[in-house]
Amino acid sequence: MSAETVETAETSATVETSSRPSTERLPMARAINAGLRRALATDDRVMLMGEDIGRLGGVFRVTDGLQAEFGTQRVVDSPLAESGILGTAIGLAMAGYRPVVEIQFDGFVFPAFDQITTQLAKLHYRSAGRLQVPVVIRIPYGGNIGAIEHHSESPEALFAHTAGLRIVTPATAADAYSMIQQSIASPDPVIFLEPKARYWDKGEVDLSGDGVDLGPDGWRSLHVARTVRTGTDLTIAAYGPTVATALAAAQVAEGEGHDVEVVDLRSVSPIDVDTLAESVGRTGRLVVVHEAPMFFGPGAEIAARVTERCFHQLEAPVLRVGGFHTPYPASSVEKEYLPSLDRILDAVDRSLAY
Amino acid sequence: MSSTETPVAPAGTTELSWPDPCEVAGTVRLVAPDGSRLPAQALELSGHGVYAAAAARTTPDQLRAMYRDMVLTRAFDREATSLQRQGELGLWPECRGQEAAQIGSAHALRPRDHVFPSYREHGVAHVRGLPLHELLHLFRGTEHGGWDPTAHGFHLYTLVIGSHTLHATGYGMGIQRDGDVGTGTDRDRAVVAYFGDGATAQGDVNEALVFAATTNAPVVFFCQNNHWAISAPTSVQTTVPLVERASGFGIPGVRVDGNDAVAVKAVTEAALERARAGGGPTFIEAVTYRMGAHTTSDDPTRYRERAEEEAWSRRDPIERLAALLRAEEHADADFFAAVEAESAELAAGVRTYCRSLTPPPAATIFDHVYASEHPLVAEESAWFAQYEASFDGAPAGGHA
Ligand SMILES: Cc1ncc(C[n+]2csc(CCOP(=O)(O)OP(=O)(O)O)c2C)c(N)n1
Ligand SMILES: [Mg+2]
Repeated sequence: MSAETVETAETSATVETSSRPSTERLPMARAINAGLRRALATDDRVMLMGEDIGRLGGVFRVTDGLQAEFGTQRVVDSPLAESGILGTAIGLAMAGYRPVVEIQFDGFVFPAFDQITTQLAKLHYRSAGRLQVPVVIRIPYGGNIGAIEHHSESPEALFAHTAGLRIVTPATAADAYSMIQQSIASPDPVIFLEPKARYWDKGEVDLSGDGVDLGPDGWRSLHVARTVRTGTDLTIAAYGPTVATALAAAQVAEGEGHDVEVVDLRSVSPIDVDTLAESVGRTGRLVVVHEAPMFFGPGAEIAARVTERCFHQLEAPVLRVGGFHTPYPASSVEKEYLPSLDRILDAVDRSLAY
Repeated sequence: MSSTETPVAPAGTTELSWPDPCEVAGTVRLVAPDGSRLPAQALELSGHGVYAAAAARTTPDQLRAMYRDMVLTRAFDREATSLQRQGELGLWPECRGQEAAQIGSAHALRPRDHVFPSYREHGVAHVRGLPLHELLHLFRGTEHGGWDPTAHGFHLYTLVIGSHTLHATGYGMGIQRDGDVGTGTDRDRAVVAYFGDGATAQGDVNEALVFAATTNAPVVFFCQNNHWAISAPTSVQTTVPLVERASGFGIPGVRVDGNDAVAVKAVTEAALERARAGGGPTFIEAVTYRMGAHTTSDDPTRYRERAEEEAWSRRDPIERLAALLRAEEHADADFFAAVEAESAELAAGVRTYCRSLTPPPAATIFDHVYASEHPLVAEESAWFAQYEASFDGAPAGGHA
């Protein structure tokens, strides 16, 4: 089974119930664009802000055409100041708007770190629930595109440590389309991490929007992990850019006689521990894969929680495959730093050897 | 400190050592420290005639109301300070000395305007109609915020210096999108961001000025230059008068005598009217003085001279307005006595209220982390509930 087949199966299920089937094969960047367009079209309060997102359509062209369609007041080319973008988005949210801001690259979110962790994440709490600040922060993240420094980072753990934020990341075009709309509908602030190396990967997307739950409970499906490949010998948990690599590794393992299950977490905060624990309860083995550094990374949290829940079913310690405790390296050697197919298979072998 | 604020005479010669920075040309002053109005002709010459005209329209009722608000604020401030001394509050930041800056500017607001304060704007809170005792929740540690930011258009205190100036600007951008600027009707509204001289060094304040200028947002940046950022004099933050910063952002700047409530009101009114009409942001530097310590945890004797405090106590904003009311015969002894009595009553009420504030149930620490249900918060809160319950029936201080 591959990610593609899962996605197609789901999409066709949706199409059957839809009055106007409109499935299209799109790259993830276009799918996000379509999701943003739909949000802008259905809710006047939705607006986009960011550096170069208007006339240029963003450096990755994710917002291409949206300013022409919705005007400069709703798709705003901001001054070059990330704290300013976040801080004014908070003020706009207080005034009743639903700002979706783009941080141009992962490595440039830090000037806004204070506004995100100190202000955005805490305002609902500090106001005893009187204020809501439904700001969505889109961040192209992760490596594997041969970029220069500060353009390949995975800062999710730094945000996951902060209560008040939701953090999600799609692995497929279909998820990107629905999850961006659900993130915008969320009453809480959401960090929407876009795996930039997958921007050009294509998948089937149901553009009718019928498959997107934007109701008050939409957040539930936003944070539900999905088993994208079933197996009995070992579970791999991955998200965002590493899901496709994990699926490829499972495929290779199959050739070696190992039946590996792959879970796409989709959400880093909260983490769907239920789905993982159910899976590990059956397989007894877990390998967590992410590009973020392993030390204090999401894998450490997942290992702790799954161990608490599945201590007696575990046949091996939970293993992690992720970035090292180094700054993100130069692009010519990034392949060695990233959780590659071989490194995942190495962890699978080590787990199975226990 | 700008050159105009540097002591010029040798230490020991009291008055001259601390010249009045508001006597500098360009600073809007309409009422002198002795309570006399500055001559109209002189104000016309200095280009401040428009403010003098506005001030002339300020009615005796309004002058009395401002005086009353200033006295009540000071009484509240004094009471809160002693409550902290008695261990009833964890901390208190006094606003003593800044009443004219706060009450004068707040009297320029309309009900639909919004205020984004720092943490010292007790006078503004009062004028906005926020019952002053609600400010105590935060400082007693029973809540983080403590009031409804939308009820009086008075947002939560922001302890992270400067962050809220961006929220004010974003809110102003929202007002623009709502079409609530430039209609020429009551619908028009604007935002005021209050911050200090120290805050002007923060990146966020500078970014707020950039965003407000380029979007023409209806925001008034109201900087209370009270000469100190804890122990740092203004010279640590700037080498030019703060008002001069504004022009670099393309924002008009006005420097006003922050201890002259009449001038502050006139200047803020003009800035707010401009903002509501779609004219964009204004930067106001209100030159005032923090007469008390930074907070109750601070000891100003370690960094500033008594003579400076004495010089400023002779420029007390409340005495100035009282002198004006007396000189123009807008208030008699009965009026002053009534305000005094009201202050004592307010202080007593605040004292009782403060002592009545009890800690909320521990389980409430899990409330409002998210606006929608969150599995991790639910799990931890459920664990905490059963952990707490495990003590039921156990002897005091022991586990079940
Ligand atoms: C980002 C940040 N840094 C440091 C502090 C600690 N701090 C609290 S108040 C203050 C001085 C602020 O001075 P100013 O802006 O002039 O305001 P004032 O206290 O005089 O009203 C400092 C350094 C803080 N609250 N926030
Ligand atoms: Mg100060």
